[in-house]
Amino acid sequence: MSVLVILETGHRMSAEAWAAGRQFAEALGVPLRAAAPAEGAAPYTPDGYTAALEELIRRVAPSLVVFAHTYQTRDYAPKLATRFGRVLISDVIAAGFENGAPVFVRQLFQGKFNADIRPAGDGPHFVSIQAGAFPATADAAAVDIETFTPSASRQKSEAPFRESAREVDLTAAPIIVSVGRGIKEQANIPVVEKLAQALGAELAASRPICDAGWLPMERQVGSSGQTVSPKLYVAVGISGAIQHLVGMKGSKTVVAINQDPNAPIFEIADYGIVGDLFEIVPALVAEIDKSKSP
Amino acid sequence: MKIAVAIKQVPLRDSPLRVAASGLWIDEANLSYEINEPDAYALEEALQLREKHGGEVVVLCAGPERVGQTIREALAKGADRAIHVELDSGASLDTLGIATLLAAALKSEAADLILTGLQSDDFGYGQTGVVLAELLGVPHSTIIMQVEVRDGNSLRVKRELEDGWFQHIEMPLPAVLTIQSGGNKLRYATLMGIKKAKTKELKVLKAADLGATPPASVVLEKLYSPHKSKQAQIFSGDPKTAAAQLLEKLRFEARVL
Ligand SMILES: Cc1cc2nc3c(=O)[nH]c(=O)nc-3n(C[C@H](O)[C@H](O)[C@H](O)COP(=O)(O)OP(=O)(O)OC[C@H]3O[C@@H](n4cnc5c(N)ncnc54)[C@H](O)[C@@H]3O)c2cc1C
Ligand SMILES: Nc1ncnc2c1ncn2[C@@H]1O[C@H](COP(=O)(O)O)[C@@H](O)[C@H]1O
Repeated sequence: MSVLVILETGHRMSAEAWAAGRQFAEALGVPLRAAAPAEGAAPYTPDGYTAALEELIRRVAPSLVVFAHTYQTRDYAPKLATRFGRVLISDVIAAGFENGAPVFVRQLFQGKFNADIRPAGDGPHFVSIQAGAFPATADAAAVDIETFTPSASRQKSEAPFRESAREVDLTAAPIIVSVGRGIKEQANIPVVEKLAQALGAELAASRPICDAGWLPMERQVGSSGQTVSPKLYVAVGISGAIQHLVGMKGSKTVVAINQDPNAPIFEIADYGIVGDLFEIVPALVAEIDKSKSP
Repeated sequence: MKIAVAIKQVPLRDSPLRVAASGLWIDEANLSYEINEPDAYALEEALQLREKHGGEVVVLCAGPERVGQTIREALAKGADRAIHVELDSGASLDTLGIATLLAAALKSEAADLILTGLQSDDFGYGQTGVVLAELLGVPHSTIIMQVEVRDGNSLRVKRELEDGWFQHIEMPLPAVLTIQSGGNKLRYATLMGIKKAKTKELKVLKAADLGATPPASVVLEKLYSPHKSKQAQIFSGDPKTAAAQLLEKLRFEARVL
């Protein structure tokens, strides 16, 4: 019995998976172990990792396997868990332990609710942890790291690339006004543009706004967009899904304007106005303008 | 080529959601539903591939009777036929259970390509497609933005990575892809499409007839509103007053203006 943490080479979240794994191992009173791809091993493919880790897990026989919920984990960990007749408990934000039985907390409905999930049956069970939920600790206690060598794969991957150079560098902006689906249609974008202008801010957006082409992709904030940490981030009509939050939660001050008082964005906001953005944003612009021209 | 698309029905976006008295799920009374967002992109990708390469698009949806509505909408958008795996409304299957049923329903179809959304808006597990691929014994790739079919027997896809990176992946057909939102522009159903949908084949399969599902390996024990850990200062009242109060705080408390 042990807790086995799967490390992703070079990924910042590996240290968080490690911290989570250590917490789980202590609570369960079992040793902590880790696995990572062998140096110089073939690049990642889902087939290659699944086969190699299936072999490793059968050999090590952990009761719990812990991953960081990264894009790579999403790509193969469910397949690996299926080999063991298990479901990956994905994107976990907390864990509780009663008499050696773990219960994992994960978000449902895009963060509107939490759910307690209990793994049933014998281990190994598989969990992936959400970014930021288990802060990395400084110490990296020495444990042996099992290495694995990914095997042959039906998928052939090419080198990662970026689209054409970004013309907008949101990371340098001291103030960002960010717009979400609450804006309803492209024709309404000027409503938030005016606020950005009044504040001297860059305009950013949640993913659906860029998906729809209402603003260019390079203005997207979040896990698949830019990561920003301005001194002021004003989220307008954004619900606060985790994939958006990871891109902006380092902001010094967060303001949320949303008509739903239970929107998850208020969880990380310092200040909020609950109400219709089409009334509030123009009022905000008017107040700013008033103070500029006394 | 034959393309199957797994679509899920989820509560309409921005629906007011409450936890049911059971504490195990949301209160479904008076809820409206729609297609899970990335699944709409998966359907769009399938329709565009059919337009390019010919063939057939089959939509597949597991759920209670109410999902018939979402299935008909997919038919109206242009899918050729549909399979509804009917679940009892109280059924509590985990991902492996759902994927096992979907795989069983797909067995006789022998589709060349199977598309799913990358993640459901309700469970948010983000794994049904990957599990389905494993159960069917075919290769897969996830978080896909573009699909290119080569010579009818292999794929080259554009996979999204973190922080604005992408990667191309090649694999043989048949395969499963989980589709990310935003790769294509979604079409609307036309009046003609809505009319035609009524004549299209909708096969209903009872879950019980598709064989056994494995025992659940994860059990949802409780659904609840998250505890508020951080108290945002909320300004209420009329917009003008709230705006003035907010600016005051940003200037003199947070000192960011
Ligand atoms: C792998 C993956 C990667 C992703 N990457 C990203 C990413 O990089 N960035 C990103 O943002 N998302 C990303 N997403 C999507 C993310 O999960 C959410 O779907 C998305 O962030 C939601 O955007 P939103 O808040 O604008 O829309 P919604 O969730 O639809 O929220 C709209 C909000 O507007 C409010 N509203 C509606 N009308 C009004 C009104 N009149 N006045 C005030 N408020 C109103 C509503 O109450 C609601 O809270 C990713 C998802 C996945 C699975
Ligand atoms: N009940 C279902 N019926 C059909 N497809 C489903 C069902 N549940 C999940 N899916 C598909 O699997 C994807 C991922 O779902 P999930 O693993 O719950 O995040 C969805 O986007 C759908 O394409």
